[in-house]
Amino acid sequence: MAALSIEGVGKVFGEAEVLRDINIEIEAGEFLVLVGPSGCGKSTLLNMVAGLLSISSGRISFDGQRIDNLEPKDRNIAMVFQSYALYPAMSVEKNIAFPLRMAGLPKDAQMQKVGEVCALLQIEHLRKRKPAALSGGQRQRVAMGRALVRDPKLFLFDEPLSNLDAKLRVDMRTEIKRLHQRLGTTIIYVTHDQVEAMTMANRIAVMEGGIVQQFGTPAEIYDRPANTFVATFMGSPAMNLLDAVVDESGTALALGDLRVPIPPIAAAPPPGTPVKLGLRPEWFDVGGAGEGRVALPGHIDLIEPTGPDIYASVEMVGQRLVTRLPAGTDVTQNTACTLSVSIENAPLFDAQTGLALYAD
Amino acid sequence: MTVEAARTPGTLQRVLIYAVLLLAALFFLMPLAAMVFTSLKTMPEITGAAGFESNTILTPPQAPSTEAWGTAWQSACIAVACEGLRGYFWNSIVMVVFAVFFSVMFGAINGYVLAKWRFRGDNIIFGMLLFGCFIPFQIVLIPMARLLGFLDMAGTLHGLIFVHLCYGIPFTTLFFRNFYVTIPDELISAGRIDGAGFWSIFFLILMPISLPIFVVAIIWQFTNVWNDFLFGASFAGADARPLMVALNNLVNTSTGTKAYNVDMAGAMIAALPTILVYVVGGRYFVRGLTSGAVKG
Repeated sequence: MAALSIEGVGKVFGEAEVLRDINIEIEAGEFLVLVGPSGCGKSTLLNMVAGLLSISSGRISFDGQRIDNLEPKDRNIAMVFQSYALYPAMSVEKNIAFPLRMAGLPKDAQMQKVGEVCALLQIEHLRKRKPAALSGGQRQRVAMGRALVRDPKLFLFDEPLSNLDAKLRVDMRTEIKRLHQRLGTTIIYVTHDQVEAMTMANRIAVMEGGIVQQFGTPAEIYDRPANTFVATFMGSPAMNLLDAVVDESGTALALGDLRVPIPPIAAAPPPGTPVKLGLRPEWFDVGGAGEGRVALPGHIDLIEPTGPDIYASVEMVGQRLVTRLPAGTDVTQNTACTLSVSIENAPLFDAQTGLALYAD
Repeated sequence: MTVEAARTPGTLQRVLIYAVLLLAALFFLMPLAAMVFTSLKTMPEITGAAGFESNTILTPPQAPSTEAWGTAWQSACIAVACEGLRGYFWNSIVMVVFAVFFSVMFGAINGYVLAKWRFRGDNIIFGMLLFGCFIPFQIVLIPMARLLGFLDMAGTLHGLIFVHLCYGIPFTTLFFRNFYVTIPDELISAGRIDGAGFWSIFFLILMPISLPIFVVAIIWQFTNVWNDFLFGASFAGADARPLMVALNNLVNTSTGTKAYNVDMAGAMIAALPTILVYVVGGRYFVRGLTSGAVKG
């Protein structure tokens, strides 16, 4: 049975419909990431699961019990906020003990649980400090401590890492994932960072414009994007979308003068249909065609070495695309070159609707 | 700011700055000095009688005496009673304690609700409360007298406290609302998730960080209520007169010689509590006034 199920949930603010017909189901212990650009409704959805916002339609249930009409405190959830929302006047241990205090736990039981949580998060030495005297990473830990101490059935994270610097963000990402593996609690995590989504999630819901564009495992989202939005949002650099037309034979795509066979995973639309061919930057390589590969003549107009990789911007068949080549690849700026690309798994999208055309 | 720090003024400039500031301070302190000096002088010294011809209002007392203070406090004649200001001082203390406490608490709760618990029509209610800040005192005198009579509070001290509450709450609400608007909503959300209700969030989470704005509201209300004359003169009966009304009655007597030293001592007694409140709370006053302007 699903631990959390969100069925047909919508949200209307006055005239504006910000969420429409959201359907998500996850099992107990899963790590669900809601990802999307700002304004897509992901935080609204999280706040509705938390009970901080009412839902306009649909239902939310947890372990088979409807929770969308319950007060936040009765939902057995804990939440970590983007600004951490630590209580400024309370010390670290009082912050962490606050939910227990509200639940009416005796003082010594409170302190014992606070001690356990502080040990788990390695913040024992900060117990007496006020939030103002903590660094960003420490505040983050205290906020997590305050969520952990109640032993909730469901953790909600609202962009918890976006206020940290790049290095700390990566460290905390690993730490949250490790914590999840250790505790096995169900998590819903909101982020606009697709790398966070890919690295942490069991399930991803990609959101845009108030609807779920695709809901699936990270592999499904990455390998079989449902539409051009998901295809370009997930992955860095973004997937290239090349304008093409299905040629007369119905088995190949015409990109200018070039003919490329329709990828095996794609369904073949009728001849003359305008489509977009999705090519991930990492599928490219320098050199001629091989098994399942297509050679594309191009002109390199910009090179960005990142260390492990080289991002090369290439002009091909009248369109510009970004390729990601291993470091040490022999490429020079402003030269002609021939690249080959694997089209084995390349998705094809309807140019009008943006929907993916898969064979199965 | 770093640019400012690089241009620290030189010694000469520093001396000049301090000289100007000192002069300005002396200038503004002159009336206070005149009051204190006069209150410590004897009447002949004040009126420039024989032996004191060269005295001015700013000449320090030659034989300082606190006799006038004693008279003002316990034996000066106000209306028919010659018991000094002490009874009225007590009236004012009772009035100010209740009026300040309740107007600040109601203002804090109103501000909390208007800033953090949005409801339908909240902006209209806030607008109406704001309107209350702009109603001149004189306009409400007669309707208020009718209302106090209707509520059977005419001429009483609690009637006067009620009037000050009506006038104070719009201001305190405005102060607290604008302060709480700057507190992140996530703090309230976190409280709700952690199981805190409406009152626990207010008392346990917001109150402890509201000291600056409490000080502003208390100073504002204390000064207004303590210094009020019009409401005191209009609504308080003989037993409930506040200090400001009594001071007026003391100073404005038209019989006998004017005892300037007693008048000045009385005025000083009336001014001391507000001075005390500023000295104790002034540090937070400026901080509280500007806290909405800059990000914490």
